[in-house]
Amino acid sequence: MRFEVRGSSEEVRGGGRAGRAGRLLHSSFAPRTSNLILPLLTAAVLLFLWSAAVKITATKIFPSPVAVARGIVQLAEKKLLWAYIGDSLVRVGTGYAAAIAVGIPLGFLLGWYAPLARAVNPLIQMLRPISPLAWMPLAVIWFGIGNAAPIFLIFIASLFTIVIAAANGVRNIPPMYLQAGRNFGLSTPQLMLRVAAPAALARIAVGLRIAFGVAWLVLVAAEMIAVDSGLGYLIIDARNAGKRYDLVIGGMLLIGVIGLILDSLMRRAETWAAERR
Amino acid sequence: MKVRFQHVSMHFGTTEVLDDINLEVAEGEFVCILGPSGCGKSTLLNITGGFLEPSAGQVTIDGERVVGPDRRRIFVFQERGVFPWLTVEGNIGFGLFDLSDAERRGRIAHYVALVGLKGFERSYPRELSGGMKQRVEVARALAVNPDVLYLDEPFGALDSITRLQMRSELLRIWQAEKKTILFVTHDIEESVQLADRVVVLSARPGRVRRIVEIDIAHPRDLSSPRYLALRDEIFGEIGLAHKI
Repeated sequence: MRFEVRGSSEEVRGGGRAGRAGRLLHSSFAPRTSNLILPLLTAAVLLFLWSAAVKITATKIFPSPVAVARGIVQLAEKKLLWAYIGDSLVRVGTGYAAAIAVGIPLGFLLGWYAPLARAVNPLIQMLRPISPLAWMPLAVIWFGIGNAAPIFLIFIASLFTIVIAAANGVRNIPPMYLQAGRNFGLSTPQLMLRVAAPAALARIAVGLRIAFGVAWLVLVAAEMIAVDSGLGYLIIDARNAGKRYDLVIGGMLLIGVIGLILDSLMRRAETWAAERR
Repeated sequence: MKVRFQHVSMHFGTTEVLDDINLEVAEGEFVCILGPSGCGKSTLLNITGGFLEPSAGQVTIDGERVVGPDRRRIFVFQERGVFPWLTVEGNIGFGLFDLSDAERRGRIAHYVALVGLKGFERSYPRELSGGMKQRVEVARALAVNPDVLYLDEPFGALDSITRLQMRSELLRIWQAEKKTILFVTHDIEESVQLADRVVVLSARPGRVRRIVEIDIAHPRDLSSPRYLALRDEIFGEIGLAHKI
């Protein structure tokens, strides 16, 4: 009977640990700015190699970085760029928020009441390995055309990670915190709110970030069905209607860059939560 | 009598932990429960605190049977019991949710001063030393004005110098606040320095081997013949020659 958040070690973070330690010792911005130089350099080298490869192979299909940039500018001129980004963010945001609203209370109950966890855990462990994409046909039947189907897929994609992280967080609260809370006369709801929630916050924050990564990951698949806007739709549409590979790659890059920005914001929130334990 | 243990026995499965403990503690008394590790002394304290139910017998406080934790009797753990997500103020005020804001602030200020943490009100536990965290926990317990304090090897994780300081702090607070204190320790010296009476438990299953009255006034001189005699008596009782 173990809940586990898998994938927390999947990230490759060169120098991350050293950077964090440095910030602890003297909270200056110096380490952070120098942390930007190397990644930017890597990006520049890759862009150069990419454009050189396109030139040397003289490919007609694969676009150069400049062509991709031009494609994105075109998209902006047609007023589609921000609309697509906005639509995608709203869908991911809604699905993810729904997963939090359901997942945290559910995880809390599972972490709190061991018999309930024993009863429900096999079901969760069975549903969890099913790819969110497998839910696509059902999503269309249930929700038809419109935003609800992709939002549902994103909800399913992030739900289990959040449930498991919350259950784990609650189960791993040092017993003496709860004992102290009871000693001061707290009722069970008060104990959950004033002791269990803050004590489990750091673990839940890690789960929330990982879940957001998964939600963002299924965006493309989620927007393949039922909608005609968004970054995922952009990629599918660009390929289907006119083989615009500049827009395919442009869409991929946009998803990557926005994902990076959101992840680093979540990471900050996570560090904040971790410092409070 | 404030606290009364009547035929308290405890077993976990087939393991007998406590066997027929009988003990009475007077109001305002400082009693140390001393014994080797694993003798069940923490279990005994948890039973008194209402966190465990004894297999047989009962504990009464003011004639009232203990059936669960109660904010009139607060348990103090090693300093790991402070809430890391709250500041010093937040921790000390934790149990004061039924007071008005002004009353709460006054209570917090009083106990911050009592345990010598002025200037650290807004600090988080991670910024404090082990001894300071222990003070926070003692203050958090005292703030709800309990009449009994249970301390379970509270200074066990501190270095020996801090431990000595904390003992005299605790005595000062005990004399100022007039609480009944049950203090569990495996440290013979500690028990003789602090207690009015030392209850010596046997190895598991824990039984009361002997109760030693420490008839020395505070502050105690740790090199006085009486102190040394009482200390050696307990060493002898536990079966240790006081030689290494």
